Amino acid sequence: MQWETVIGLEIHVQLATQSKIFSGASTAYGAEPNTQACAVDLGLPGVLPVLNKEAVKMAAMFGFAVDATVAERSVFARKNYFYPDSPKGYQISQFELPIVEHGKLEIVLNNGECKTIGITRAHLEEDAGKSLHEEFPDSTGIDLNRCGTPLIEIVSEPDMRSAEEAVAYMKKIHSIVRYLGISDGNMQEGSFRCDANVSMRPKGQKEFGTRTETKNLNSFRFVERAINHEIERQIDVLEDGGEVVQETRLYDANKDETRSMRSKEEANDYRYFPDPDLLPVVINSEELEAIKKELPELPAAKNARFKQSYELNDYDAENLVMDKDTADYFENIVNVGNVKAKLAANWVLGELTAALNQHDIEIMNSPVSAKMMSELLIRIEDNTLSNKIAKEVFHAMWAGEGSVDEIIEAKGLKQITDSSEIEALVDQVIADNPEQVEQYKSGKDKVFGFFVGQVMKLSKGKANPQQVNELLKAKLQ
Amino acid sequence: MYDLSVSQLAEGLRNGDFSSVELTQHCVERMQKFSDLNAFITELGERAILQAQNADKLIKEKNHGPLTGVPIATKDIFCMYGVKTSCGSKMLDSFIAPYDATVTHKLDQAGCVTLGRTNMDEFAMGSSNETSYYGPVKNPWNKDYVPGGSSGGSAAAVAARIAPLATGTDTGGSIRQPAALCGITGLKPTYGRVSRYGMIAYASSLDQGGPFGASAEDCAYLLQAMAGFDEKDSTSLDKAVPDYTQSLNDSIKGKVIGIPEEYFSEGLGVGVKEIIQTAITWYEQQGCEIKSISLPNTDLAIPAYYVIAPAECSSNLSRYDGVRFGYRCDDPKDMRDLYDRSRSEAFGDEVKRRIMIGTYALSAGYYDAYYLKAQQIRHLISDDFKKAFEQVDVILGPTTPEPAFKIGEKTNDPVTMYLSDIYTISINLAGLPAISIPCGQQGGLPVGMQLIGNYFAEETLLNFAHQYQLDTDWHQQIPPGFNE
Amino acid sequence: MSITPEEVLKIANLARLQIKPDEVEQYAKDLSNIIHLVEQMNAVDTKDIQPMAHPLDATQRLREDEVKEENQREKFQTIAPAAEQGLYLVPKVIE
Repeated sequence: MQWETVIGLEIHVQLATQSKIFSGASTAYGAEPNTQACAVDLGLPGVLPVLNKEAVKMAAMFGFAVDATVAERSVFARKNYFYPDSPKGYQISQFELPIVEHGKLEIVLNNGECKTIGITRAHLEEDAGKSLHEEFPDSTGIDLNRCGTPLIEIVSEPDMRSAEEAVAYMKKIHSIVRYLGISDGNMQEGSFRCDANVSMRPKGQKEFGTRTETKNLNSFRFVERAINHEIERQIDVLEDGGEVVQETRLYDANKDETRSMRSKEEANDYRYFPDPDLLPVVINSEELEAIKKELPELPAAKNARFKQSYELNDYDAENLVMDKDTADYFENIVNVGNVKAKLAANWVLGELTAALNQHDIEIMNSPVSAKMMSELLIRIEDNTLSNKIAKEVFHAMWAGEGSVDEIIEAKGLKQITDSSEIEALVDQVIADNPEQVEQYKSGKDKVFGFFVGQVMKLSKGKANPQQVNELLKAKLQ
Repeated sequence: MYDLSVSQLAEGLRNGDFSSVELTQHCVERMQKFSDLNAFITELGERAILQAQNADKLIKEKNHGPLTGVPIATKDIFCMYGVKTSCGSKMLDSFIAPYDATVTHKLDQAGCVTLGRTNMDEFAMGSSNETSYYGPVKNPWNKDYVPGGSSGGSAAAVAARIAPLATGTDTGGSIRQPAALCGITGLKPTYGRVSRYGMIAYASSLDQGGPFGASAEDCAYLLQAMAGFDEKDSTSLDKAVPDYTQSLNDSIKGKVIGIPEEYFSEGLGVGVKEIIQTAITWYEQQGCEIKSISLPNTDLAIPAYYVIAPAECSSNLSRYDGVRFGYRCDDPKDMRDLYDRSRSEAFGDEVKRRIMIGTYALSAGYYDAYYLKAQQIRHLISDDFKKAFEQVDVILGPTTPEPAFKIGEKTNDPVTMYLSDIYTISINLAGLPAISIPCGQQGGLPVGMQLIGNYFAEETLLNFAHQYQLDTDWHQQIPPGFNE
Repeated sequence: MSITPEEVLKIANLARLQIKPDEVEQYAKDLSNIIHLVEQMNAVDTKDIQPMAHPLDATQRLREDEVKEENQREKFQTIAPAAEQGLYLVPKVIE
């Protein structure tokens, strides 16, 4: 049978506020356990929540960025469940009246096709703490620092049909929240994570099949793998004549498999009701307009501008704007460093991206900063370095061996542009290879490349290739 | 000294007739002498003396307010830093509060001297003080009788003249009903007038802290110290606090008093009815216009309350899980066991019943029929009051259908117990202020009348009550055995 | 509507309360009585009536995004039933 995959994603994005959504405790990552859990976060008897203005604003910004309706009136509700990392026995979330509804987003697939994914809603809620299972032999340790960190949960329509689409959608959301500056999007630290709802149905059937929810996918690669794994598993079950069980599953990255989470299975009756400690959140239309006006340039607009101002092609523009930090890095080189746009684009998308991917490093943490990169590219533009030697210098810079000029100096990589020096090399190559000279003169043009290669080899790659070309041509006439 | 009013105490302290230490010692002695009332969960005698010494210094430096050096009893529901705050429950028997409630802080700022922490129904769920983990409180008027609840310890402490003032909280009548049953004055302010921060929650949309005193004037002083906007409480209202003692002497002549017919129907005891009629007549003689009104949805208040309050409490009490504070069972074998046994071993029956009713009312399939329906009824009840206040300045009626009942009389029948709050509960649902003042006695037990005001009309209520108390002495009656 | 002993156990499970077998009947009876009281609400038609979640018609006040809390872990954990190395301890949780 032909199966069709149906995927919906719930993406949890930690908002980049200074303080928690309902308390004045810090949201900074990596503090000692429970040092950033105040009375409100701990759910001590008698404490009350007060809503963070910035969190509301950030959620509204997201709403506008995905063409959604931002509600003038939204309501916080309690989601009741017992879990050791949920100190109050309920999570403050939004249920019936979320702040953002009815959005949409266009994704571009690898084959260049565009597809629109619906965003059902995005609501504000508080994050839970963390359970640490490894620290003690017979106990679980609870760290409540993360409790109350503001989140928006972005719920998509079940519009995606493959893991590739799901990843493209997730990357786009990631790109937008980074652009808006409402999240650091740091997946290793859990600031951006995703639950995937996956179901299968026979191709052509309208009704959805039974879905499973795979929790806590914190990298693009895991999302892809977990979904593909789940698709395979469900098809196996269905083709064996079985039925998919509606359940929560956990992706195990080490084993590359998903498994049932029985602990979360029992009687999920969350008993949502409006939180009586909080009043309806009302943002009037003027305030909404003001937030809208403050929105920064988003990827689509930046793409258009890059093509226009920097005369970049579609490919370069799309790939540069995907990640805001990459776009900023690029613009920094071009505008501050005064490097030609095309050269900058080639290097950012080529050598730099390859190195970042290889070492799994975010561009903002790149050992070669935008300033260093522009110094390097200027040395190409002023003919101090050939493109090839520049790559060697780049890797030396990456390894922390110093600035461009220090490396050139230390390694003696400076390009030879002195024509008399190059002329001597050319003369030597001609003298050493009388046979090839004969061939060339008899009309075998291809041999010219051989001479260039020999000169470059002799100069250890430092001779200016253009000058080598010109001199060879003149001498071999 | 025990029979002096707050303004007399303040004057005595200012004039040096007695010091706060002397006054406090006197109160502490009475607290110990009348300990059989079981009005206090924790006595803070030594701490109180230190506070009194400090107050005396402030008075000497003329750096004082009207309550500086005045002793007070506080309900064991307001968190007090470094002091056990039990909320009447085994669950919090070991809970030493690591922070101050806003009310606690404000009373500190006002210079009050805290004598002790008063007994109460467990998590404020009860109308008789019999659900307390620390045992029932006795009514000073007759120790076989309940003092009312949930703020029974506070009411008994003031009635016995142990403390001139006490704090309480009122979710469905928990200030007014014990005030009525103990023959003292108790005010439940408008929802949002007194900060709930640090006041352990029972039902968040109904809970409100307020004062007990012998008289309305005394209550005015305490309310002054308790009331005000608090940025830590999203439901507290940013509205200026008037000077509550200023308007006490305003004329009430020509004011309109509404008498709701529903409050005088068959459920009301004959004796209480007569006493309330006498009070109405008194107001009429002062030149008030008496107007019959209708609050047609009164009968629905108890049913709606017993959905809303349990629903909120079922969620509010989920934090008592044995993990971060409070009671934890011995040797839990897993997480589930930790939850189940800690909660079952430490919550009393009434608390469990309300948690279960609330859980049921919110659960899938029942939400609309119970919770949503109750919230709609709440709207109807609130609208009844809104309509009434278009025609009247205050509403007057009984606080309770009968005077105090015997300890143990209603414990086996929760529903009968619930019905004793028939006249107080709808006020919480609407969020209005109301005061109960003593206005007679039946069989040696006090009877209270309730004055209900419009939103933020605490001044009006205190004014009406004070005028009555200028001409009557029910509020000055001291239970036999305590007037010595 | 009455609450059956089975329902008592189901609700108790959701609320993390343990009801002993010999208490179930009494709870079923008490809770049913309360539900009967509550069902007096059905006497009125509330169609088109807005539910009122809150006594005052006010809106949520918003706090400035400022860190105002300091580390108080020591103080908070002295009242914890079990804490070690800054963590609250619970029986091993299997996920």
